[in-house]
Amino acid sequence: MDAITENLDAFWSGFLTSLGICLWAMVGSLFLGTVLAGCRVSPVPPLRAFGTWWVTTFRNTPLTVVLFFFAFGLPAIGINASFYFFGVSGLVVYTSAFVCEAIRSGINSVSAGQAEAARSIGLTFGQSLTLVVLPQALRTVVPPLGSVIIAMFKNSAVVGAFGVGGDLFSTGATLTSAQGYANLPVITGVAIGYLAITLPAGAILQVIERRVAISR
Amino acid sequence: MARVLAMTRATPVNSDGNGDRPPLVEMTGVNKWFGDLHVLADINLTITRGEVVVVIGPSGSGKSTLCRCINRLEPIQKGRIAIDGKVLPEEGKDLARLRSEVGMVFQSFNLFAHKTILDNVTLGPIKVHKESKDQARSRATALLERVGIAEQADKFPAQLSGGQQQRVAIARSLAMDPKVMLFDEPTSALDPEMINEVLDVMTQLAKDGITMVVVTHEMGFARRAANRVVFMDGGHIVEEATPEEFFTNPTSDRAKSFLSKILTH
Ligand SMILES: Nc1ncnc2c1ncn2[C@@H]1O[C@H](COP(=O)(O)OP(=O)(O)OP(=O)(O)O)[C@@H](O)[C@H]1O
Ligand SMILES: [Mg+2]
Repeated sequence: MDAITENLDAFWSGFLTSLGICLWAMVGSLFLGTVLAGCRVSPVPPLRAFGTWWVTTFRNTPLTVVLFFFAFGLPAIGINASFYFFGVSGLVVYTSAFVCEAIRSGINSVSAGQAEAARSIGLTFGQSLTLVVLPQALRTVVPPLGSVIIAMFKNSAVVGAFGVGGDLFSTGATLTSAQGYANLPVITGVAIGYLAITLPAGAILQVIERRVAISR
Repeated sequence: MARVLAMTRATPVNSDGNGDRPPLVEMTGVNKWFGDLHVLADINLTITRGEVVVVIGPSGSGKSTLCRCINRLEPIQKGRIAIDGKVLPEEGKDLARLRSEVGMVFQSFNLFAHKTILDNVTLGPIKVHKESKDQARSRATALLERVGIAEQADKFPAQLSGGQQQRVAIARSLAMDPKVMLFDEPTSALDPEMINEVLDVMTQLAKDGITMVVVTHEMGFARRAANRVVFMDGGHIVEEATPEEFFTNPTSDRAKSFLSKILTH
């Protein structure tokens, strides 16, 4: 246990970095995934095609490969940014495909008559979606969306491994390989760090689930 | 050209002078297919301001589709549909604006399940007409009074009976001050004792001069409120006549056989 107590500072800052990656990626992928779901159900064929292409591409590509493209592919074509930015962006792009599909299934669970009624009073497609369909889709969407987001929190470890540095995962790697601490206690510390993110997330999720179930 | 066609075709059969008024809904050579199924075949139909047209016909004859094409919930493949002189635009902001001028009442009510009755009625005026919340609310309250359900304003749709929900749906459409209202079998999903409360509201609207297209098999309503009955079969308009003529003396065989079936119960 010395490995943990002696390096509390390192673990703490690793935890904060990981938490930051998770939160940015969550906000980004929820937003992008919602927009993509809107594309996939829109009456405009090119938008639908774009949404389908996005989901097909990124849902079927391993996260590590997506991150490779961001971290090494983009600089190669002259787009430069920090590893942190590339890492979070890669995670957002990858996760948005799953978010999109979770939200789309929720949209499909709302009866078509709701959107038709919305459109026939003159709401635009975007208004029908945001004012009528999505609020009703929310109830069915929260549980699957929660799973997607928690999976993403864990995937953030892959981003760390890719050289963002300073996050929980790479802190663990540094402590074991560079500073010679024993594997098991360090990895236990890392695991505790991730659980400190995912367990509260699960609890918050349940609260949200209960809230949206009542408000109706 | 379309105008000429429409004029020759659709002089309203009632004699209250509607004939001089410009057409409000013009359907010219409208054709629609679902895959191989020819749902609407060369439909020519013109409805003038203030007219009440009842559409009647066997199941699957294309009545709902006809209604849904008028506000482009269903696109057509051939022909032309114009509302108040404007051809239905492609999907987009213009279409949304045009739809706000065409009210629609569905068989299954389709009230917004997550909104209160009052919010159902104010949503369109606030979001589409950019009315202030106060103004929208006071107008909505007046409309709910007009359809007889002002006391239910704060409830959710699921807490209302079918007849009440349908009257809210009518109020929701009216709140947009539509030029024409489409009703697709508005009483078919209702228990018998609720049918009349909805038909009464619709009869009053007809008296108030609202232009209406009503798909219904309620002959009492057709006789009371309609200027014209349009009989459809197999995607065609087979017959057009005043309610009196149509029900007492249909000319086509198909209308005769259809009427003999629905008159027996
Ligand atoms: N979205 C659709 N896709 C494929 N076929 C459809 C669709 N909507 C309707 N149809 C078919 O088109 C035909 C006409 O349907 P429509 O709903 O307009 O008939 P209707 O006269 O309203 O009948 P009903 O009295 O049963 O409501 C039917 O054969 C129906 O099965
Ligand atoms: Mg129908």
